Amino acid sequence: MKFGILINEGPFTHQASDSAYHFTKAALEKGHEVPRVFFYYDGVNNANKFSAPQADDRNLVKLWGEMASQHNVDLVVCVAAGMRRGITEDSLAEGFRISGLGQLVEAGIGCDRLMMFGD
Amino acid sequence: MFHTINKSPFERNSLDTCLRLSKKGSAILLFEDGVYAALKGTQVSAKVEGAVGEHPIFVLGPDLKARGLSEDHVIEGVSVVDYGGFVDLAAEHGAVNAWL
Amino acid sequence: MAEYVFETEGVKKTFTFLNRKAPYGTIYALEVLETVLISAAFEQHANIVFVDDGVYQIKKDQDTAAINMKNFSPTYGIIEMEKEDADEDEDMDMVWRIIVEKESMEARGLSPDDFKVEVEVLSSAELADVLEQSDVVIGG
Repeated sequence: MKFGILINEGPFTHQASDSAYHFTKAALEKGHEVPRVFFYYDGVNNANKFSAPQADDRNLVKLWGEMASQHNVDLVVCVAAGMRRGITEDSLAEGFRISGLGQLVEAGIGCDRLMMFGD
Repeated sequence: MFHTINKSPFERNSLDTCLRLSKKGSAILLFEDGVYAALKGTQVSAKVEGAVGEHPIFVLGPDLKARGLSEDHVIEGVSVVDYGGFVDLAAEHGAVNAWL
Repeated sequence: MAEYVFETEGVKKTFTFLNRKAPYGTIYALEVLETVLISAAFEQHANIVFVDDGVYQIKKDQDTAAINMKNFSPTYGIIEMEKEDADEDEDMDMVWRIIVEKESMEARGLSPDDFKVEVEVLSSAELADVLEQSDVVIGG
């Protein structure tokens, strides 16, 4: 089954990105596909390469990037939401790409399920 | 349909709205701060106890444990699942709605 | 970071956009609206639903001048026009519905006259059926 994931909050204020990460990991382990994760609202902050959590904390920006490279997950950051928050090509972490909101609608059409994580 | 609730029932109305707008038989997962709705002996327990007969209700174990809660605190009829179980629920039921 | 290519040609789904948050206090209302408008380009069926504090999004007479924020309520008028265009165009296979839950509306002392767009008022039980028949639910 194909799961699309929508993340609406950043990596530290809310648990949304953590929950989405664990869900995605579990889905891949069960043999499902997660072709695309779409980052919207403050969720675009998950793609900030300047994010530098303390050493004893999890680094979601890095974890998502690693997941993308290991499992071919397409990590898409909304261009308009990103621009509002200063997430542009210059601040974009490895493994993410910037594109339009159409990519979210497309994931909704093309996936069997769209899972939303937010506040 | 599969409903997820990630909000404490003491802070937001997500649980109430979900129960009002869900069809009998559709599944509900309580996770993140939503796990507080799954507990026995609270002001909202009766709501969830009443809903157990109408909906399969689940609670995410890792979120319970993180908050110092164990399966012993969970209302009878509410099943504890892990992230794999969360994935299974999403796969088995139709469209998913996250009641944020 | 290979771009995934979905096969979306000819796939028709019913999207429900579930608005449960009031405008201005948080950004959720505005960003859901943008998604609704984009979905029109994909000619998908859509239910634009207002529940809980979401019903305040379509309140008439919004004036944001004194808080210096963009008044995005005219966008609901654009959605209404898109819906009417789709209804009138026989070649277009796209059904849009603008729905308010009766219970949420009444709990807030509102009536359809308070809204800037024409809405279908449905009971919780009727709305539960609409949700159950959706393929994708996007909320905010």
